[in-house]
Amino acid sequence: MNAPAPLLRRVLLQGRYETVAMLRNGEQLLIAVILPLMALVGLSITPLLDEFTDSRIDMAAPGVLALCAVSTGLTGQGIATGFDRRYGVLRFLSTTPLGQSGLILGKVIAVLTVLAIQTVVISTVALLLGWHPAPAGIAPALVQLVLGAGAFTSLGLLIAGTVRPEATLAITNLLWVLLAAAGGILFPIASWPDVYEPAAHLLPSTALGDALRSALMQAEFNLTASIVLLVWTVVASLAAIRWFKWS
Amino acid sequence: MPHSDPCLDIQGLVKDLGPVAALDGKMVRVIDGVHLRAFPGQVTALLGANGAGKTTTLECAQGLTRPNGGSVRLLGKDPFEAGAGLRSRVGVMLQEGGLPQAIRPVPLLRHVAGMYSRPRSVDDLVERLGIHHFSNTPIRRLSGGQKQRVALAAALVGDPEVLFLDEPSAGLDPQSRAVVFDLIQELRAEGLGIILTTHLMDDAQRLADYVFIIDAGKTVAHGTVAELTKATDESAGVERLLTFDARPGLDLAELRALPLEVHEAVPGRYTVTGALAPEHLVRLAQFWAAHGVMPAAIHMAPRSLEDVFLDISGKELR
Repeated sequence: MNAPAPLLRRVLLQGRYETVAMLRNGEQLLIAVILPLMALVGLSITPLLDEFTDSRIDMAAPGVLALCAVSTGLTGQGIATGFDRRYGVLRFLSTTPLGQSGLILGKVIAVLTVLAIQTVVISTVALLLGWHPAPAGIAPALVQLVLGAGAFTSLGLLIAGTVRPEATLAITNLLWVLLAAAGGILFPIASWPDVYEPAAHLLPSTALGDALRSALMQAEFNLTASIVLLVWTVVASLAAIRWFKWS
Repeated sequence: MPHSDPCLDIQGLVKDLGPVAALDGKMVRVIDGVHLRAFPGQVTALLGANGAGKTTTLECAQGLTRPNGGSVRLLGKDPFEAGAGLRSRVGVMLQEGGLPQAIRPVPLLRHVAGMYSRPRSVDDLVERLGIHHFSNTPIRRLSGGQKQRVALAAALVGDPEVLFLDEPSAGLDPQSRAVVFDLIQELRAEGLGIILTTHLMDDAQRLADYVFIIDAGKTVAHGTVAELTKATDESAGVERLLTFDARPGLDLAELRALPLEVHEAVPGRYTVTGALAPEHLVRLAQFWAAHGVMPAAIHMAPRSLEDVFLDISGKELR
């Protein structure tokens, strides 16, 4: 009589498998690493951030780290999961000892691993460009980054589990562009028109961008932004559990 | 029926799917009364037309979906509630394969093998199913038959006691089909309980020890192929189907006196079904002589599973 491999081994195997799949995919790598790096360099050599700060790189780096969470959680997991669902991969793996919960845990590990790689790459380049993060803000920033990744991964899975993969591809890529341009990730939304600003504070992207900027620029814990992120994570997870279709 | 316990026992299965937008968001009852029993060391076939409910029945059996009614026992357990322990004893090949597209076959099989404490040898499976001929090609670029073989290997790598195969011969070229069918028979001899769905009579007739005919969400007949194709009344002998080709429009009235079904199925082709006896053949020959008919072709065979299926469901299988 056969038996399953231990739970930890199954989940770690799936985490490694999904991580490798994300890193091997050219488009995923582009949106996870190349485009954020271009944003980092672009914001540090152009005057776009000059109206908000004296140090471009100090404001650019937290925003680009926030963008990484959108790349990996929303766009990366959204697209990968959408196509796996189309091809029946989610159903097949659900019938193996991995199961549905192991599949989800594997995705969590993959998102955290890719996010860690992104953080190391972006931080290294930012430091070379003269970044001075507030030391006291680093630990809270990492916690908020993980929370943000949770919110965006839940949203990515919600989209992937409810619409066709082609639609997921279009929606998550479009959201990435919109949120990067006007979602309060790279630029504080203080400069936007009054009608947009209050609503924009409720976006998960604004919350994550503001939380990381508060932590890494002023060593302040942005409670409001953290609560907004937490609410998004909980609501999106519950919605994904409720509406996600495995086939 | 063997004396061992069934590896799969489904009684009074009910399953609703939906909501369906075209029906004002109502649920549709796609399964309403499927009964099914499968035993170790046997191939059990679920035979039915497309849309009859075969795949949904399998999804309930595999624990992928929760039934709305009835009972499902897989190796004595409720598959929807059971955990990794039960799943490690069951192998599943889905209809579309369920394979990730970017990876190559062997790394995929090694990954799946890692989920089990005592997997089969990946190398042996790769060799046995001829996967080594295309092991450097990503799954997305494989042919239908090649994908099907990889999916079968993925279902077997956990060395299961129960194997589910949803339409195993779909997309198989004749060579792949021979390889896959040989393996299925070998696995049966090893004692696996194999449950497969098919809409192909030939598959069921060649592979199955026991057949359940599913129509419109119900089990409408079951038995061995021999039992199903035999006449209902033993004393009447074996039911046969005789066809002959002759000029169209013959007046069949005088043949209707015989205890047989006689039809002109298509113009110029006549079918005679029933428990044909030698004296019926004499009457038939006399009829031909009386009408100056020399049939261009005559064919007679026992009733096939297909005839049984048509009798029961009134539907063409393909």
